[in-house]
Amino acid sequence: MDFAGAYSTDNLKFLLDGLYITLIVAFISIILSFVIGCIVGVIRYSAIPVLSPIMFVIVELIRNLPLLLIIFFIRFALPEVGIKLGLITAAIAALTIFEAAMIAEIVRGGLTSVDKGQIEAARSSGLTNFQTLWHIVLPQGLRRMVPPLVSQFISLLKDTSLAVVISLPELMHNANIVIGHGYSYAIPTLLLVALIYFSVNFLLSMLSRRLETKTV
Amino acid sequence: MDFSILTDHFGSYMEGFYNTILSSLLALCGSFLLGALIAIFRITPVKGLRWFGTGYVEFIRNIPLLLVVYIFFYGPSALGFPLDGFIAGTIGLSVYTSAFIAEAIRAGIMAVPKGQTEAARSSGLNYAQTMVHIILPQAIKLVIPPLGNQFINLIKNSSVLTLVAGLDLMYFADGISTETYRTFDTYIFVAMFYLVLTLPLSYAMRVWERRLQRKY
Repeated sequence: MDFAGAYSTDNLKFLLDGLYITLIVAFISIILSFVIGCIVGVIRYSAIPVLSPIMFVIVELIRNLPLLLIIFFIRFALPEVGIKLGLITAAIAALTIFEAAMIAEIVRGGLTSVDKGQIEAARSSGLTNFQTLWHIVLPQGLRRMVPPLVSQFISLLKDTSLAVVISLPELMHNANIVIGHGYSYAIPTLLLVALIYFSVNFLLSMLSRRLETKTV
Repeated sequence: MDFSILTDHFGSYMEGFYNTILSSLLALCGSFLLGALIAIFRITPVKGLRWFGTGYVEFIRNIPLLLVVYIFFYGPSALGFPLDGFIAGTIGLSVYTSAFIAEAIRAGIMAVPKGQTEAARSSGLNYAQTMVHIILPQAIKLVIPPLGNQFINLIKNSSVLTLVAGLDLMYFADGISTETYRTFDTYIFVAMFYLVLTLPLSYAMRVWERRLQRKY
C-alpha cells in the first residue's frame, strides 16, 4: 500500500477534477429528473385517459431495467438510429430518464397518501379538480415526499459512478485511472474516494433532515 | 429488429442470463444473512455493537455500489490474493445490499408493538426467546415486501459485474455487439432478458404490499 504515492498532488487534483464532473452531472440530473418526475407523477395520479396508462407502462419499463444498461444504450446504441449525444449529455439524459421514473413513483405515492376526506371537502367547497390538486393535495403530499426524494437524490449521486461504462471522466472513472498506475495505489485511492462520496452524501442527508424538521 | 442476433448468439445470452440470476440469488442469500446480523447489532442493548451496526449501515448506504465492488475486486489483488470478477462482484453486491436489508429488517422489528415484548418478557421469556418466538415471526411478514424489492434491485445491480469482467448478461452482450456491430438490437434483447426477471417480480411485490395494507 503506497499512501504517499497515491495521494500525490497530481493524483489528488485529478480526483478533484472527477468530483467536479460528478457534482455537475448529479446537480443537473437532480433538477431535470425532479421536474420531469413531478409532471409524470401527477399525470399518473390524475388518471387521465390514454396518457396515464402510457406513462404507467413507460415508468414501469424504465424502473425495471438496470441503469447501467440505460446509460450504455443511450451513448452507444442510439447513434445507430440517428440519435447522437455527447458524453456529458448522454450521461445526464440517462440519469434523468431513470431517476425521473423513480421520482414519478414517489410523487404518485405521496399524492395518493393524502387523505380522501381532504379531496372530498375541497371538491364540495367548489374547488375544481386542478385547484384541489394545486392547493390541497400537492402541498400536503410534497411534505411526505421529502424523505424518499432525498434518498433518491443520494442514489442519483451514487449512480453517477455507473457512467464509467461510457468513460465519463467523473470521480470513479478517475479513481480507476489512478489505480491503473499501480495496484499499490488501489486501497488508498478507494478509501479516499469512499470518504469523498460519504461526505457529500452525508452532508446531503443532514441538510434534508434540517429541511424536514422545518417543514413537517 | 433482427432476431437472428438472438438466435445466433443464444448460447452467449443464456450463459450471461444464468450468471446474472446466479449472482443475484447468491447475493440475496449473502445480504440477507449479513443484513440480519447487522439488524440485530442495531437493536441489541450492547452499545458497542449498536454503534458498529449504525456506522456500517450509514457508511455503506452513502457510497456507490460500484465502489464496494471495486474494493472487493482491486483490494484482494493489491493484497496478493486476486478474486475473479464474478466472485468479487457477488461479494460486493452482498455487502452493499446488506445495509439496505438490515434497515428493512430493523424497521420490521420496530413495527411490532411494544406491548408484545412487554407481555413476553413478563411471561418469563428472556430477550433471545422473545426475539425468536414473538417478535421475528411477526416482523417477517412486514420484511418480505422490502426484501422482494431488494431482490429486484439486486438483479438490476448485478449488471455492474460487467465492469469487473464478471461474466454477467451485460458482459456477454458486449461480446455479442462487438461481433455483430449491431449494438441497438443486441441490447434490446438484453433489456428483454432483464424485464423477464424484474417485471413479474415487481408485479408480485405490488400485489403483496396491497394485501398487507388491506389487513391493517
